[in-house]
Amino acid sequence: MAVSGQEARKKWEPWNDPQEKPHVQLVGVSKRFGEFTAVDNISLDIYKGEFFSLLGPSGCGKTTLLRMLAGFEQPSQGQILLEGSDMSGVPPYRRPVNMMFQSYALFPHMSVERNIAFGLKQDKIPSAEIAQRVEEVIELVELGAFAKRKPHQLSGGQRQRVALARALVKKPKMLLLDEPLGALDKKLRAQTQFELMNIQEKLGITFVIVTHDQEEAMTVSTRIAVMDHGRIVQVATPTEIYEYPNSRYVAGFIGEVNIVEGRVAEVGEGHLSIASEESGCSIRARHALDAPVGAAVWIALRPEKLVISMEAPADTSSNCMVGEVWDIGYLGNLSIYHVKLDSGAMITTAKTNRTRDTEQPITWEDRVYLTWTPDAGIVLGQ
Amino acid sequence: MNQKSRDTDIPAVEYLDSRSAQGPAGSLEELHKRLLLLPPYRWVTQAITRSGLSARGILIATPYLWLLLFFLAPFLIVLKISFSEYAIAQPPYTALFEWVDDVFIQIRLNLENYQLLFEDDLYWRAYLNSVKIAGISTFLTLLVGYPLAYGMTRAPRHWRLALLMLVILPFWTSFLIRVYAWIGILKKEGLLNLLLLNLGVIDQPLVIMNTDMAVYIGIIYSYLPFMVLPLYASLEKMDDSLLEAAADLGCRPIKAFWQITFPISIYGVVAGCFLVFIPALGEFVIPDLLGGSGTLMIGKTLWAEFFSNRDWPLSSAVAVVLLLILVVPIVAFQKMQEKDKAA
Repeated sequence: MAVSGQEARKKWEPWNDPQEKPHVQLVGVSKRFGEFTAVDNISLDIYKGEFFSLLGPSGCGKTTLLRMLAGFEQPSQGQILLEGSDMSGVPPYRRPVNMMFQSYALFPHMSVERNIAFGLKQDKIPSAEIAQRVEEVIELVELGAFAKRKPHQLSGGQRQRVALARALVKKPKMLLLDEPLGALDKKLRAQTQFELMNIQEKLGITFVIVTHDQEEAMTVSTRIAVMDHGRIVQVATPTEIYEYPNSRYVAGFIGEVNIVEGRVAEVGEGHLSIASEESGCSIRARHALDAPVGAAVWIALRPEKLVISMEAPADTSSNCMVGEVWDIGYLGNLSIYHVKLDSGAMITTAKTNRTRDTEQPITWEDRVYLTWTPDAGIVLGQ
Repeated sequence: MNQKSRDTDIPAVEYLDSRSAQGPAGSLEELHKRLLLLPPYRWVTQAITRSGLSARGILIATPYLWLLLFFLAPFLIVLKISFSEYAIAQPPYTALFEWVDDVFIQIRLNLENYQLLFEDDLYWRAYLNSVKIAGISTFLTLLVGYPLAYGMTRAPRHWRLALLMLVILPFWTSFLIRVYAWIGILKKEGLLNLLLLNLGVIDQPLVIMNTDMAVYIGIIYSYLPFMVLPLYASLEKMDDSLLEAAADLGCRPIKAFWQITFPISIYGVVAGCFLVFIPALGEFVIPDLLGGSGTLMIGKTLWAEFFSNRDWPLSSAVAVVLLLILVVPIVAFQKMQEKDKAA
């Protein structure tokens, strides 16, 4: 994809374009191991040039799904189409797809160069071209000084680059990454995430990444599929997933969230009024859900969207919870407050530390007001 | 514990009652104290203390002393005998050193034994044939052992220990008895021929017993565990995802075996081959029991020279040359092990 600049990137949304043909199509794919269903009837379209994340807790079937794309597992049911052609029965060594393994799976008896050249040699490419392509990709991942080394002479970060280079050198139609950064420490991981994005943008290859790290998925992805128990719960862009989760599961899995229970009291023009005993106030929220009056709903409130204050707002009857500061966590950039409402519910809120005052104005056992705009709350159904 | 309260002047007999439940360090110290009551132990420990040897020095010196005493010294004796002459005497060879007039030492180096080894084609043919038989059987053992070891590493994890036990199990029976058992299997009216005749596969019994074939079977059978164990150790370490990675990069399974699995297990292959080749080269029991009169192997020749001909000097020369032949693969093996450790 020839995309440059933030503006162009934002507009690049092939999944919203009915004209666009999906690059990879999963049609009702299931995978069962004996009695256990690892992947349960998944249908999914991935578009060319996407950086697509499969996100979920361990055992949710994300790795099995990736292994089916690579050809290591065959679906028990359903079809996987790559550029329109059915991949079932095609062994891994004939798929135009490469994988970067969680363990990196570098060949220990080969140098960095030979590891990278391995895939090209299988295709009987002339050696001059192999040498050139290997050199190019070594430069891309900045491993020039280590080309002659064996894997055991490299650091974790360098091995990760070799694994990436080895998978990229074949110019696959799709690159599969299985927890590619799991073995790196936090700082290196953050840095590598951005490098991965740059490389992906430069080459325009479709990346499908499996991760359990929601921060990583949010950083790198064009779209995220949140999985649970072999099913896809939601597929959307990182912003949509965070701001418009479609279920309590997704809201809770991605980022921090407070969830309060309530009942629809009034359905207005573009908004809902919700009575919530738990929050101790009535809640106004944007109309996003078809719920009749009296239906049980849940309101998800992100901590950073709540405003904490010692002073009562003008209108305390709606979108205003009152409670006592129970705990304070000082993180440097943020302070986290745990506020115990009169109903007993514990609400978490975050406040940006804008000044360098060491004395925090709000302290333990203070009575505080938590307010938010009708836009900030997410109304979720059953 | 009441040990502390006891004094060392209590008679030694008192200490010999069995008191358990002591820490290992405490009991060692206790043992040392008790042993000090015995004069020889006391003399040795005093000598060690006086000579200024540290515990570390003793620990390092022990294997060297062992090799000096049980390898180098006997070898030097054999070397000495190989330079002497056959004599009808007790022992049956002439002395290498002799006092002349109680003043001079006369050394008589007799090189005839070595000369004979090169001149009489019986000996060098025996050497060459031994190398051939050991080489071929090593290769055949690898052919049998590799799939076995590979299969073991592919077996479900809970089966592997049992399979490993099965490989080691034959060691629980005497080697000699197991080789004798092969006579019962391979002879003309043996189990193998009976089975094949009854199945109608053959109508004439196969002649295997007393041929080189029987020697190969015997060596492969006897040394298979020495091949399987190092192979298993090196194959078990291999990460399965390497083969998946190879497949992912476009490599077919058979090619992946030769490009990934085999090179990774090469140290196991070489170790196994040496462990089979080295003892097979000097093998005496198997060719003697299973081989025919035509099976020429240096171990058998050596035995015949020593026991039948009672020519100690010549058989010593045979042994020295055999050792020299073995030094080459042994040194190569050690070089490879060092490389393996460095990698």
